[in-house]
Amino acid sequence: MSALKVPILKVGEVLLVSIQADIDDRAVLELQQRVLEQIEQTNARSVLIDISLLEMVDSFTGRMLSDIASMASIMDAATVVVGIQPAVAITLVELGLELKGVSTALDVDDGLRILRERLKDKRRKRAVGADEHAPA
Amino acid sequence: MSMPQPEASRIEVSDNEDVVRVRAAVKEAAARMGFSKVDQVRLVTAASELTRNIRLYAGRGTVEVRPVRSSGRSGLRINFEDSGPGIADVDMAMTDGYTTSRGMGKGLPGSRRLVDDFRIESEVGKGTLVTIIKWLH
Amino acid sequence: MTSDNNPSQAVINPLTIKALTEREDAILEAWMNNRVNSSDFRETLISGEELRADSQSFLRAFIMAIANSNVEEMRGKEFNAIRRLLLEISEARAAQAFSPSETAFYVFSLKESLLPFLRDEYRDDPETLLEELNKLSKALDKLGSFIFVTTIKNRERVIRQQQQDMLELSTPVVQIWDRIICLPLIGALDSRRTQLMMERLLERIVKTRAEVAILDITGVPTVDTQVANYLIKTVTAVRLLGSTCIITGVGPSIAQTIVHLGIDLSGIITRNQLSDGIRQAFEMTRQRVVPINAADGEPSAEKGDTDERAQSSYSESW
Repeated sequence: MSALKVPILKVGEVLLVSIQADIDDRAVLELQQRVLEQIEQTNARSVLIDISLLEMVDSFTGRMLSDIASMASIMDAATVVVGIQPAVAITLVELGLELKGVSTALDVDDGLRILRERLKDKRRKRAVGADEHAPA
Repeated sequence: MSMPQPEASRIEVSDNEDVVRVRAAVKEAAARMGFSKVDQVRLVTAASELTRNIRLYAGRGTVEVRPVRSSGRSGLRINFEDSGPGIADVDMAMTDGYTTSRGMGKGLPGSRRLVDDFRIESEVGKGTLVTIIKWLH
Repeated sequence: MTSDNNPSQAVINPLTIKALTEREDAILEAWMNNRVNSSDFRETLISGEELRADSQSFLRAFIMAIANSNVEEMRGKEFNAIRRLLLEISEARAAQAFSPSETAFYVFSLKESLLPFLRDEYRDDPETLLEELNKLSKALDKLGSFIFVTTIKNRERVIRQQQQDMLELSTPVVQIWDRIICLPLIGALDSRRTQLMMERLLERIVKTRAEVAILDITGVPTVDTQVANYLIKTVTAVRLLGSTCIITGVGPSIAQTIVHLGIDLSGIITRNQLSDGIRQAFEMTRQRVVPINAADGEPSAEKGDTDERAQSSYSESW
């Protein structure tokens, strides 16, 4: 299955990425590329990656998730990964992949709430920062 | 172990799509043998790591998925064989975080933690054979 | 074996069947007398009526089976019927605490009671008498050993099931509040139990959409490096699902052990008391428990709840 078949939707300020089937390594890298391009083109502030249908996350896919989170963060977008299955979580831990630096949520609803809170937080901090630099 | 073993499957690995095929074959075999959900994911993940190693280091190779029986237990055995450059220092390769490629260095040591038996035979210039077994509880 | 190839050796003589069928009641009577008077009959375990009813069904099924099939092979629907019947009897007996050998001896004991009736039938033909006795004896031996082996297998199955049940019982997952669950751990943690516990906890988190999972280790006597590692693994796996784990019940001795072993629990939320953990969990799920008289006229504990609902519906529309 090609990465082009992984839909990326923009809803509000969020990019919704839903990986619905096992994809090969090349498609994983293409997906990463497309997400970053979409952040730039749509000016999205958040990325939500739903992997509830993935029956396996190995070190390659795990690395892709970490990389997207780091790269998106440099582009000023927050990432949350939702729907990791219990069996997949146990296997990831045993494999030694803790996906440090990747925010997670139980499902799309929770993921959206976390992203919204994160955004509100960021804007408030910036507003405070702007005040600090305001002319005396 | 002289009994005839049923339903072994061999998959030639030469491109990225083949890694996906190996994952699907292992998943199917593990589910049919009655492995728990978690054990199925462990097997598929280990197979994915080790098949990717074939692609990364040798380019091509063979994966064989075979149900086995030994002293009253049943299990699933998977062989990963290539004629690639081989591994000079197997102990080093089994260390967490050690990698000579773009990987995260979790492939070999991580896979070993996911299965019950893990054997690796490698000769520089000749190739590598990794054998893993997971037993049904 | 030559007898396998010789059908006359394996098929019961029609005269025998006729004799057994005609005298079924008398045979049953003799068998029951034999049972009740035998040293291994235990009146406390089974009533005479029950034994008689079982035995009558068995005797009838036995005659049907030997009349219609080859006793060497013991195949066919009649033998299947008698095996099923024996299984039922055996299960009932096992529930009454009969041992497998007692049930087997019950089957063997029919031989003795058949003997006088066959002797009557073949008074003038000792050779046939011997043959027929031999065949009947073989058939009963096979049934007896079948029931012995099956009873033992059934027992092993019951024991395995009970072990599994105990394992399940020892890891209950409790729903504390909307989106908060708790797993109280009691007793020593071994690797198999911890593994099962982790799987159940993760599944329940997904099923109940729990944002916070409290792992209470008040009832765990000791924590060694291995147990600590399991706890850390569990906390990490819970985080990957998108939920948060709080470990409570970490008393002084466990705290000391953890530090002495050099186990790094930083990044893991630990609380001394379960109640502290629950309070923390409410905060993390944007909820609050307030004393009733804290705010006059205002519904207190409900307030946070309502706010939360308003908030989540907002997030959905957003």
